Amino acid sequence: MRVRGVGRILPALMAAACALIVWVVVAAHHARADEPPFFAIKNARIVPVSGPPIPNGTIVISRGVIQAVGANVSVPPEARVIDGAGMTVYPGLVDAGSDVGLGAVAAPVAGGGRGGGGGRGAIAANVPLSMGPEDRPATTPWENAAGMLHSDDARIESWRNAGFTTALVIPRTGYFPGQAAVVDLGTAERTESLVVKTPAALPINLQGGRGEYQGFPSALMGQLSYVRQVFIDAQWYTQAMQAYEAHPQGRERPAYDHTDVVISHVLANKELVIWPGETDTQILRAIRLAPTLGARWALSGAQQGYAVPNEIAAANVPVFINVNWPAPAAAGGAAGGRGGGGGRGGEETDTLRTLRFRDRAPSTPAALNKAGVKIAFMSGGVTNPKDTLRNVAKSIAAGLPADAALRALTLGAAEILGVSDRLGSIEPGKIANLVVTDGDIFADRTNVKYVFVDGKLYIPPPVVEAPGGGGRGGRGGGGPGGEDLSGTWTLTFQTEQGPDTATAVLQMAPDGTLGGTISSHMGTAQLTRGRLNGQSFQFSISMQINGADMQVDFSGKVAGNQITGTINVGGYMLDFTGSRPNSGGEGVRQ
Amino acid sequence: MRQRTKLRNNKLAFAFAVVALCAVAVGVSSWPSRAQATSNVTLIKNATILTVTKGTIKNGSILIRDGKIAEVGANIHAPSDATVIDATGMFVSPGVIDCHSHIAIEGGVNEGSVSDSSMANIRDVINPEDPDIYRDLAGGVTVANVLHGSANAIGGQTTVIKLRWGLPADKLVFEGAMPGIKFALGENPKRSNTTIIPGVVRRYPATREGVEDVIRQSFAEAVDYKKQWDDYNRRKAAGDQNLIPPRRDLRLEPLVEVLEGKRYVHAHCYRADEILMLLRVSNEFGFKVRTLQHVLEGYKVAKELAAYGVGASTFSDWWSYKLEAFDAIPYNMALMAQKGVIVSVNSDDAEEATHLNQEAAKAIKYGGMSHDDAMKLFTINPAIQLGIENRVGSIEVGKDADLVIYNHDPLSVYAVVQKTIIDGNVYFDRDRDIAMRPELAKEKQALIEKERQATAGRGGRGAQPQGPGRGPGSTIEDREE
Repeated sequence: MRVRGVGRILPALMAAACALIVWVVVAAHHARADEPPFFAIKNARIVPVSGPPIPNGTIVISRGVIQAVGANVSVPPEARVIDGAGMTVYPGLVDAGSDVGLGAVAAPVAGGGRGGGGGRGAIAANVPLSMGPEDRPATTPWENAAGMLHSDDARIESWRNAGFTTALVIPRTGYFPGQAAVVDLGTAERTESLVVKTPAALPINLQGGRGEYQGFPSALMGQLSYVRQVFIDAQWYTQAMQAYEAHPQGRERPAYDHTDVVISHVLANKELVIWPGETDTQILRAIRLAPTLGARWALSGAQQGYAVPNEIAAANVPVFINVNWPAPAAAGGAAGGRGGGGGRGGEETDTLRTLRFRDRAPSTPAALNKAGVKIAFMSGGVTNPKDTLRNVAKSIAAGLPADAALRALTLGAAEILGVSDRLGSIEPGKIANLVVTDGDIFADRTNVKYVFVDGKLYIPPPVVEAPGGGGRGGRGGGGPGGEDLSGTWTLTFQTEQGPDTATAVLQMAPDGTLGGTISSHMGTAQLTRGRLNGQSFQFSISMQINGADMQVDFSGKVAGNQITGTINVGGYMLDFTGSRPNSGGEGVRQ
Repeated sequence: MRQRTKLRNNKLAFAFAVVALCAVAVGVSSWPSRAQATSNVTLIKNATILTVTKGTIKNGSILIRDGKIAEVGANIHAPSDATVIDATGMFVSPGVIDCHSHIAIEGGVNEGSVSDSSMANIRDVINPEDPDIYRDLAGGVTVANVLHGSANAIGGQTTVIKLRWGLPADKLVFEGAMPGIKFALGENPKRSNTTIIPGVVRRYPATREGVEDVIRQSFAEAVDYKKQWDDYNRRKAAGDQNLIPPRRDLRLEPLVEVLEGKRYVHAHCYRADEILMLLRVSNEFGFKVRTLQHVLEGYKVAKELAAYGVGASTFSDWWSYKLEAFDAIPYNMALMAQKGVIVSVNSDDAEEATHLNQEAAKAIKYGGMSHDDAMKLFTINPAIQLGIENRVGSIEVGKDADLVIYNHDPLSVYAVVQKTIIDGNVYFDRDRDIAMRPELAKEKQALIEKERQATAGRGGRGAQPQGPGRGPGSTIEDREE
């Protein structure tokens, strides 16, 4: 029996059902499946930075964006509410200079163009040395941090857990290592989707005093002339191409040079060039030379800025301050860099100059801030991101007002990087990058409870601070792959003169970063750029060979208490093995 | 490493030098504060004044006003507000001018990677915090010709500085002094003495002919570069539109300046044959070499040097530390001077620079130079060589007040620097240096204690990885001659 009407209702119902399904699916998609469409943090102390703190307020977030902020804000009923009682909400912190996100340090790179080292890479074997600026040694300005991001870089998470939601990610190797990117420190299927802005800046590295025969340029004066020559060439290229394009016939075509093209774009777009300078001499040198490039520029490092604040202010340049303040070397290790260890006779102490520097460096942010300089902070190679906050706390103790410190970590950094219209403060319309703490963000016992990156909620695991004392304690669990390289290793390798040994005393941080020393009959050297990723590790040391500093790179694999790998000395490769005592090392760990 | 075989006739000289150096060395670990004794008017009174160019004045005085020598004489009346330095029993000489120095350079003395590194400029890397500046001040040095090393046939551009310890780099540069460029001939630029690193291509040249070729090649390119720019400028001035300019080349520009007489050439050299080669090549290209540095076989070709008009800046008595130094003799300075060459004695070394006065004295023993002529070797002669003799090099009214107060005749083995004055300011004061040491030691202890407590308070943070922030205490780099 056929019921009249059903025939018409059913298709309508089905159509409605389809529409509903489609709408739900679409809505869900928009709300990013599995996430609530709205978040709200209620009854929290809010520090917007762009305005006065709100003692008891509410923030509403949706679709990655801050929708509302205030003392009395209506919260949508479907919002997931976080009770902010007793908590403080800050804008997400910005690390204005880091290689977070770039993953493990790569094996020694020849750099762009012909080998010339530059950056911190050793020479790859059989790569011709750079014989002048035209060879563009270690110059890859077309590289971009956005294209180098590695989702498996454990530091993205550890930085975020400490409250950093954004970083200016700077490529590592070379005089012109590539362009930096402002990256949000979230987790996403495609890590590069986290890029907020790029190109954000063009960093320059200056090494000073490498081995004379590792190609041009080797001395600092050569490097300075090289940087200037590159910018001169780019300006010539712009001029030449303009004239050529206006009338190509009958003219010799200007030779193409990819570096010239990229740098000429940097100049045309008024991109920020980052010039390094740590000591007062280097800072004054930067102020003298950087303007000759004809570009907008910023100073990075500036740890001795306390000595020359007025000169920096007069130069009208923003400063990315490296807050990894110099610390006394671990007992028995070499003093920091090459500046210390001056004592004659028995006692090895650092020089008075070094002591004064270490004492005064944390006062640099206060001095620059007082002189009206725009500042932001770089983590400067710390392994534990919480140390960056401790370092900033030291500057506050040394005279930097706390709100100026917070500003430098948030809106100030965003302003320098040209993203203050979308980041850096808690205002409606800005990206929802927030950090929610249970206390003052600069207090040591404060914990980060929640972090929002692009409006997505992350909950940091409870903090178990690795016992730092003595530097020898590893922690159970080891690096991301489960291995822990901490301990004392005996290394054996074959040289042309016969078998040789060395001792490696290593400490591994929870995120897989390695530190420590290598000792042999040739002396003791500190590790740099040490990392463990899964079973694979690498680290480097600097050694004097023929009176020149050479970087020696170790890479290999670990299995339990055995390691095997390769040592690269200026292109010359040696195999090595290493072992650590079976039970003694384990027993030291807590 | 070079072998130094010095002719040490007088052990006492050595002993005194060691004692003086130890005294300074201990002080080195805690530098005096940068505040200098500055004064508008200063009177140095009652000393033996060795003017170098205008004779010697016993029991004389010098009045300094606004950094210049205002009066020199036996009886000077100073205004009541003048700072008075009582130099009774002392000797005052012009400040020591070191014509070959590698102090105050940051990040490497040699851009040794390429055969011609004239694009590098010492001016860019002057490091005013190098402790060697202070050490050399303590040895009486007031002006230094800071040079690129000798790893290349054509090295980097060079700068003359005054050792104004405590001031920033910009204030160290000797304003108005002609800039220079370093050449090098012989074993160093041909890299006779380097270990070959496996896998690394050896840089050209490897022979003396190659060294000459580098110089010729670079200057041929410079001549062409100059012509290109002259052509372009002429056409532009004539109103040509839409021209593509030649590329600016930072390497060739200083060489063009040499061709135009706007930059001095200071050439490190040893053997007579290469010395003559360089003079010939310079004549061919139409430029003048200003000074020959080391020039240990200069005595063999002194006539040619005098005829050419080049200055010679040499060691007192170093010899035999490498093959090309085998024929060096301590009579070199006197023999060249006798033939009319302007001769200076130089150091090439921060330690040697602290006793150039005594090195000059050796020309009295080796060659019979007179006392007053030997004084010229480290004062007016290097000033003439550097083109700054209108400002420094002797004690004359109107010149800069760059002076050294010694407790004995500077040519005596007993002479120890008491004060070093530049532009009328006391930059080194021996008594003050010694008096300040306890205070500095206390400050140092206090800082060490403060750090120890801070570290203990944090529960021993252990091996903290060092950030890029290195202490500014510079390391003395391995230096070429």
